[in-house]
Amino acid sequence: MTAKAILGHRAARRAAKLEATAVRLEALQLPNSGQWLRRAREMALARLNHMGLPDRRDEYWKFTDPNTLLQPEVLPAKILDITDAAMDFVAFDRLKIVFVDGVFDADASDDLSSEGLEIVRLAEAGASDIHWAREFYGTLEAEGQKPVDRPLAALNTVLATDGVVIRVTGKVSRPVSLIYLRRETDAEMILHHLVRVEEGAELTLLENGPGAARLNTVTEAWVADSAALHHVRTQGRDHERRAATHFFAQLGAQSVFKSFTLTANGALSRNESIVWLNGNGGSAHVAGAAMGDGKFHHDDTVFVTHAAPDCESRQVFKKVLRNGAVGVFQGKILVRRAAQLTDGYQISQALLLDETSQFLAKPELEIYADDVKCSHGSTSGEIDADQLFYLRARGVPEEAAQGLLVLAFLAEAVEEIAHEDLAEEIRRKLDGWVSRHN
Amino acid sequence: MSALDNTLEVREGVDRETVETVQSMAGKYKHGWETEIEMEFAPKGLNEDIVRLISEKNREPEWMTEWRLGAFRRWLQMEEPDWAMLDIPAIDYQEQYYYARPKSMIEKPKSLDEVDPKLLATYKKLGIPLKEQMVLAGVEGAEEQQDRRVAVDAVFDSVSVGTTFQAELAKSGVIFCSISEAIREHPDLVKKYLGSVVPVSDNFFATLNSAVFTDGSFVYVPPGVRCPMELSTYFRINAENTGQFERTLIIADKGSYVSYLEGCTAPKRDTIQLHAAVVEIVVLEDAEVKYSTVQNWYPGDEDGKGGIYNFVTKRADCREDRAKVMWTQVETGSAITWKYPSCILRGDESSGEFYSIAITNNWQQADTGTKMIHLGKNTRSRIVSKGISAGHAQNTYRGLVSMHPKALSSRNYTQCDSLLIGDQCGAHTVPYIEVKNSSSRVEHEATTSKVDDDQLFYCRQRGMDEEEAVALVVNGFCREVLQALPMEFAMEAQALVAISLEGSVG
Repeated sequence: MTAKAILGHRAARRAAKLEATAVRLEALQLPNSGQWLRRAREMALARLNHMGLPDRRDEYWKFTDPNTLLQPEVLPAKILDITDAAMDFVAFDRLKIVFVDGVFDADASDDLSSEGLEIVRLAEAGASDIHWAREFYGTLEAEGQKPVDRPLAALNTVLATDGVVIRVTGKVSRPVSLIYLRRETDAEMILHHLVRVEEGAELTLLENGPGAARLNTVTEAWVADSAALHHVRTQGRDHERRAATHFFAQLGAQSVFKSFTLTANGALSRNESIVWLNGNGGSAHVAGAAMGDGKFHHDDTVFVTHAAPDCESRQVFKKVLRNGAVGVFQGKILVRRAAQLTDGYQISQALLLDETSQFLAKPELEIYADDVKCSHGSTSGEIDADQLFYLRARGVPEEAAQGLLVLAFLAEAVEEIAHEDLAEEIRRKLDGWVSRHN
Repeated sequence: MSALDNTLEVREGVDRETVETVQSMAGKYKHGWETEIEMEFAPKGLNEDIVRLISEKNREPEWMTEWRLGAFRRWLQMEEPDWAMLDIPAIDYQEQYYYARPKSMIEKPKSLDEVDPKLLATYKKLGIPLKEQMVLAGVEGAEEQQDRRVAVDAVFDSVSVGTTFQAELAKSGVIFCSISEAIREHPDLVKKYLGSVVPVSDNFFATLNSAVFTDGSFVYVPPGVRCPMELSTYFRINAENTGQFERTLIIADKGSYVSYLEGCTAPKRDTIQLHAAVVEIVVLEDAEVKYSTVQNWYPGDEDGKGGIYNFVTKRADCREDRAKVMWTQVETGSAITWKYPSCILRGDESSGEFYSIAITNNWQQADTGTKMIHLGKNTRSRIVSKGISAGHAQNTYRGLVSMHPKALSSRNYTQCDSLLIGDQCGAHTVPYIEVKNSSSRVEHEATTSKVDDDQLFYCRQRGMDEEEAVALVVNGFCREVLQALPMEFAMEAQALVAISLEGSVG
């Protein structure tokens, strides 16, 4: 009699998990759509059935409980009288695409055909039999399921009701701006975007607004050789909303991908970024600044794969936490054997403003190439007393000094935004948060 | 050795000497010979009868037998951990012998003079003469260490063959003996502390060990006593298909100090052998324990055949205020290493340190690191880990730093560096950081640039380049411990520290 002869707990747990998943998925109604989209949804459903829905005992969900993101009922979230979230980027000349509670609002949106870039809604592309998107929908998400399961992304592929499908072939003069508004206290928004930036082309993608009481978004982005994709996102300030987002990006040679997310409050945010550097000389920067006060759980999960030589990646994540807020960072740099001359950098830092806040981090390196430069750092602590003293000694009032130090702490993440005027917009928002929360 | 042959192009930043030293370590396993000696085996395989037999052979009291059986029954319900970055072939636990002792040890010799000369010769060949002599043979620079004496407990397969300097240690109240002896002679201490740091059901391998451990060392240092000499245990696996399951228990009572060293080797064989050890350390108020290991089990051949599977649970409990523990490990052997010497910093102002050098070559796999659990106020911990990976090896640092809500004003500093030699190997870092209060400061660095800036600045100011300066700084505190190793491979270990630093900057 060996230990192996007895049914393992792990096998039993997995069987129970898959059974629960099957029951849950059985009840799902696939959205109406054309044939190819339906097929893609069914494939994602099969993936999901195979991997199972996540729970707290999964290693990848060690620090964040996925339950409220998954349960059939959406927990209602109060709509606060916050106009500024929807007002982000308002001064910018941009192509606006507006969703209200996850439903496209044609009246509020700009004319999609006018921009010199190909852009349609997923719902429309899915209704047509021959749209190019059918070759791509769900494919990066499927690839992103290895080596770690991302069931919420697969669930999104199954259930997404809409989204935008963008193809960029040249330099786009103004940013494409996705604006998520909300009206109902218990609405759910499930959107799935596809972005193809073709060779040499460039796009800036903006996302802002609270979205819904619960939201699940997936963006699949292909950045071709010598192309550039800039992504700047602000997640609205509704304290009770819950968000799961996945941004998958596959990069070609000499391409650039920069993504920045600002999160202020929200009951639960899980932002996953999954990046593949597949061509020589690519560059990927993923950054985030998060500020949490009170009931706030913010999780940045990043997975950067270096599959080609001579690429550079940076992960810069800063969190300011107070009144019991919880910050999570799970970051990984995977350097494959072929990816010599990789320059990988990762920093995650938390500033804990009081005794009740928490920072949980798992900054990982997995390296199979020998001629690489990879480093990561992670720190956590309170405001440096010496720095505070320095400012106080020069006559800066305590609150202002603290505010200054918080802003200085967050600055490194904001610097990852390439466009200075967008970075300035983000700094203004940070200023606002700091002055409101002092 | 293909990855490290002489034609290997040496990369910038990696010293040729580094490559050559690693090469010399890998190709020649010095301790791969075997002692021909008549052995007595328990029947192959594992069941309750074997557990009872081990207990009987060790002439244990009933409570100990029950303790073992409890562990065995629990173990049957458990599964091997699968979270480490290790590719472990299925282990058939029934294909191993769980008890093997030299026939000459059936009647335990009364003194070292009566021990089978073959056994004494074995240890002599390993550089561990079991004589109470002033100087250990084979240690370079031994002349300068005239007054350095080391008490040795020598474990051969399943039994302790002898412990030196016992009488002299007893004069200062220090108990140093095999664990089987301690179970018989000092049952109160064993009952009080055994399993109190690593509970019986802690993990699969610790539970297995609790059921079948055969011998190991026991140390008790009474209050206020500074142990007059280094204590060490030398583990030798000799018999084929035999697992070694040793159990070490160290208790440092209030205000005491002890430095403990551990060495291990095994013969070359084509089949794998199991080694599942548990080390428990209890550190009381103001006491300090230093625990150093040079792990040099047979790593398998160049094609990854054979070698020891090394699954070790080591944990120190700084149970009271200002207790201090320091782990130093040099991991060069074993086909598979699964080992996380940890510190529970329960007492206020207690501190834990972990210094590790892990070298993997050929097809070796190591998943090693530490856990620093900060529970008390003003607790301090420091982790310095150096991994060197060559050939087809995989080397992972896995660690946890946990600051509990009540561990106010605590501090951790972690630094992990990896060096890859050749493009077929891997080096990985998997740190977990959990901070649940704000007055504690946690820093994790995977670059060497932040090694004590003041010291670096000092060195740089005197004209050293950064790499030299870092090597000097890190070597400074590693050396202090490594120099204390009295084993004949102390020099080898020191060489390993030196090479692990070269080329690791930037």
